[in-house]
Amino acid sequence: MTSFILTTTARLLMPLLFMFSLFLYARGHNEPGGGFVAGLVAGAAWVLYALATDAAQARRALRVQPQSLIGWGLLAALTSGLIGLVLGYPFLTGQWIRLDLPGFGAFELGTPLLFDLGVYLTVLGVTTTIVFALAEE
Amino acid sequence: METVLAFVIGGLYAAAIYMLLRRSVVKLLIGLGLLSHAANLLIFTAAGLTRGRAPVVTAGAPAAVIADPLPQALILTAIVIGFGVTAFALVLVFRVYSTLRTDNLDRMREADA
Amino acid sequence: MIIASVAAGFGAALIAPVVTRWLRHRAGWLLGTLPAALALYFASLIPQAAGGSATTARLTWVEDLGLSLSLRADSLSLLMALLISGIGALVVVYAGGYLKGHPALGALYAWILAFMASMLGVVLADNLLVLFVFWELTSITSFILIGFHHDNEQARAAALQALLVTAGGGLALLPGLVLLGMAGGTFELSELNLQAARIQSSPLFGPALALVLIGAFTKSAQFPFHFWLPNAMAAPTPVSAYLHSATMVKAGVYLLARLSPALAGGPAWAFSVGGIGAATMLLGGAMALAQTDLKRLLAYSTISALGLLTLLIGIGTPHALEAAMVLLLAHALYKGALFLVAGAVEHETGTRQAPLLGGLARAMPWTAAAAGLAMLSMAGLPPLLGFISKELVYESAFELGWPLAVTIALTLAFSVCVSGVVGLVPFWGRPKPLERHPHEAPPSMTFGPLLLGGLSLVFGLAPGLIDGRLAGPAAAAALGAPVALKLSLWHGLTPALGLSAATLVLGLGLLVFIRLMRTRLHAALRPWGSERVYQAGLTALNLAARGLTQLLQSGYHRRYLTIIVLTTVAAGTFTLMRSGAFNWPAADSPPGYYELGVALLIVAAAVMAVTTSSRLGAVAAMGAAGYGVALIYLIFGAPDLAMTQFLIESLTVILFVLAFHHLPPFARLTTVSERAGDAALALAAGAMMTALVLSAVGVQLYPSISPYYVQAAESLAHARNIVNAILVDFRGIDTLGEICVLAISALGVFALLKMPRRKAEGAPTPEADPQAETGR
Repeated sequence: MTSFILTTTARLLMPLLFMFSLFLYARGHNEPGGGFVAGLVAGAAWVLYALATDAAQARRALRVQPQSLIGWGLLAALTSGLIGLVLGYPFLTGQWIRLDLPGFGAFELGTPLLFDLGVYLTVLGVTTTIVFALAEE
Repeated sequence: METVLAFVIGGLYAAAIYMLLRRSVVKLLIGLGLLSHAANLLIFTAAGLTRGRAPVVTAGAPAAVIADPLPQALILTAIVIGFGVTAFALVLVFRVYSTLRTDNLDRMREADA
Repeated sequence: MIIASVAAGFGAALIAPVVTRWLRHRAGWLLGTLPAALALYFASLIPQAAGGSATTARLTWVEDLGLSLSLRADSLSLLMALLISGIGALVVVYAGGYLKGHPALGALYAWILAFMASMLGVVLADNLLVLFVFWELTSITSFILIGFHHDNEQARAAALQALLVTAGGGLALLPGLVLLGMAGGTFELSELNLQAARIQSSPLFGPALALVLIGAFTKSAQFPFHFWLPNAMAAPTPVSAYLHSATMVKAGVYLLARLSPALAGGPAWAFSVGGIGAATMLLGGAMALAQTDLKRLLAYSTISALGLLTLLIGIGTPHALEAAMVLLLAHALYKGALFLVAGAVEHETGTRQAPLLGGLARAMPWTAAAAGLAMLSMAGLPPLLGFISKELVYESAFELGWPLAVTIALTLAFSVCVSGVVGLVPFWGRPKPLERHPHEAPPSMTFGPLLLGGLSLVFGLAPGLIDGRLAGPAAAAALGAPVALKLSLWHGLTPALGLSAATLVLGLGLLVFIRLMRTRLHAALRPWGSERVYQAGLTALNLAARGLTQLLQSGYHRRYLTIIVLTTVAAGTFTLMRSGAFNWPAADSPPGYYELGVALLIVAAAVMAVTTSSRLGAVAAMGAAGYGVALIYLIFGAPDLAMTQFLIESLTVILFVLAFHHLPPFARLTTVSERAGDAALALAAGAMMTALVLSAVGVQLYPSISPYYVQAAESLAHARNIVNAILVDFRGIDTLGEICVLAISALGVFALLKMPRRKAEGAPTPEADPQAETGR
């Protein structure tokens, strides 16, 4: 099921899709986007790669086990909740700090962003786990 | 448009239920997919439709008329969960078929008994 | 303290098996000290209660709902509590002798003590719901105790029957008590009994009364629910003596007496309670004569006595209630003793058949003495307590006219005859040949009946011990007004005394001719058993359950779905058809032409998904419908949804296509008519959903929470995308749950696909299933 055109296109599209997914994740808090969509875009990129080449090659290229991405994702989401807990707030209460980077301007970092990263990783892991496993049949 | 969508939702439900009643388990899965479209659209429509503006507030600007964010959050969750469920059901069917060599639900029942 | 008195029994039940393993049949003497101590404790509360101030205790649970564990020991409660704990102590001791060497003796002790604690809870409860909980506990412990010989099928059936009847009554009692509490505005019994006028004028009074009466009548084996009690004689004899004579069956009577200040007064009460009581009394008395088995005989006679108690409470005059309280005590003493005597006789001779027994007094003098005392009290002879109670009954009956007094006298003549059959005939006359040479029963088994019989004599000789202290105040509690009870053996030459003499003569006459009458009486009374109604009901219930299960649990998913969809459509349509439910949307924005195009696309895709015979076509159509829905999201201000839906739809289609490699093509598996039926059902469901959406659009029953999210998104969640703020911040824990579900489904997929497979056909081979070998 490998075709030259598809393989080439996939190779070209992959970086673009990844950048798009990071872009969606980064702006998701203030504009349409967010961890779910971004994770799905990244997942779709890997699915495309797996279809264009084959699942084994995609698995090698991903380097990490897709299932472990799920684990990291859940861990990140859980950690973001625990930070609030440790600071004496209810579980999952958002905590924010403001960074002033000279030259870049003000910058806000908060546990919801970590939580969204967890969602991103989980969704990515779930899509790749399912599609790779099915494609290898 | 609400009226039009009400009929669309009814059509989706009808198609979903018809497919769910089939004996072929793959058709049942397609029915499941259609059912989740219908349910999501139902929540979306019943909450009221707002053209254009996404539920994003503009910094500093006075609040404009925007779409209701709550049903959107609900549906977003439902879509992704629906994917997980569909994928699991599909693979389950796949495994059942590779064991029993049938996709007829009635025959699966006999194999169960 | 009073709460501890209830809890102690449950605690003792827990350690009873251990104690019994250690002390074996002698454990009864130790375990019996708890009920005995409780009896002393309750006795110490008597003076205070007689003075009109009941001992109370309360543990608040849910204040707002009026739920609290509140206990209250007034004289009526104490009378019952004394019987429960006192006879409990004797029964525990007795059981050690009766079941000496039985492997499950420890369990029996545990359940008897648990029953005792539950029963104490019933009579001490001051809250209707607390009372109900303990009431049900007595049903359950009774079930287990009747089925104690669980290797015997008859015992199991009897246990089930008792449970179904009494727990069925409990099912009626619960709504009855709730209605009663609603009518009276309180669930506290002591307050409820002051609200008689409010309760009886409430529209809930009728149903509440009927339901409470069903509960009380089933528990106290009143006609037509009486049949379970004779069958419950399958229980070991100490259990029968305790539960099915002295205490549990009196719970219904107790409840009637307890609630009588709130419920009595009207004709409904008098006729239903009095009428059922009278019917039960006569029927039970007559049926007792037809029995030869000592325990069944006593059981029917107990039914008769319970009927008389119910009748007296139904009459409800001060004298009737006084008579009821004295009779309650007298009956518990003599009937408990006679049951224990019957058990001792069976234990020593191996039979309970009255015609086979005679002349045992020489071999079993102590048992015979106890039997004699109890028999004289039951027959109503002076100077025993039974005589006093009978005189009181007659006096109160004469107040309502001589026909009632004569009817009761007839029943009590039956009772005289029964007392002779159980307490006289087996012990006197010529000894009959027996399989076993009888000995005196061990002390543990003569102690109880002797004490009970002795108390009948003591209270008869010195009625001043109980009249003003216990029986009088108890009657006052049932009446809701003070009474002045003064008991004495000699009342002078009254009509009651004359009737007593007549009763005795008639009873002795019956005793002489009993053997000639038995079979005929048995045949004549057979239709009144109402047990056949129970059997037919049980069979019908089983058949209905099986039919319903076969209908609903067919194993075919289509049938489940059809039932679910049909029910939903029927219920939904019914609701929408009611006036005012269905509305066209109030604010309907006119659709743009491109929007109409999208709508058409979705519908066309749905139609294609249904009609196509190609798998890929169907999946593509489903995907197209999903894209259409995504476009709707995009148009109506939900770009996040649109993006997600596009991506998910694409992934889903890819998954289907990947799986289709390994799945068979579509096949037509149904006939045209089946498909037409399914299509009709599906269209009906679709139409109902359309109507539902049309009615639901723009309806806002409660203020929406969305404006809060819109307002707080930036200040609290530092976000301008409100949907994202809801997902990762406001409702973060929901999202956490959701990604967990996703993770589980992905791991499930992984496991399903990567697990080592079993062979496709037949049973798993041993090497494919290592658990089968190593599991043991």
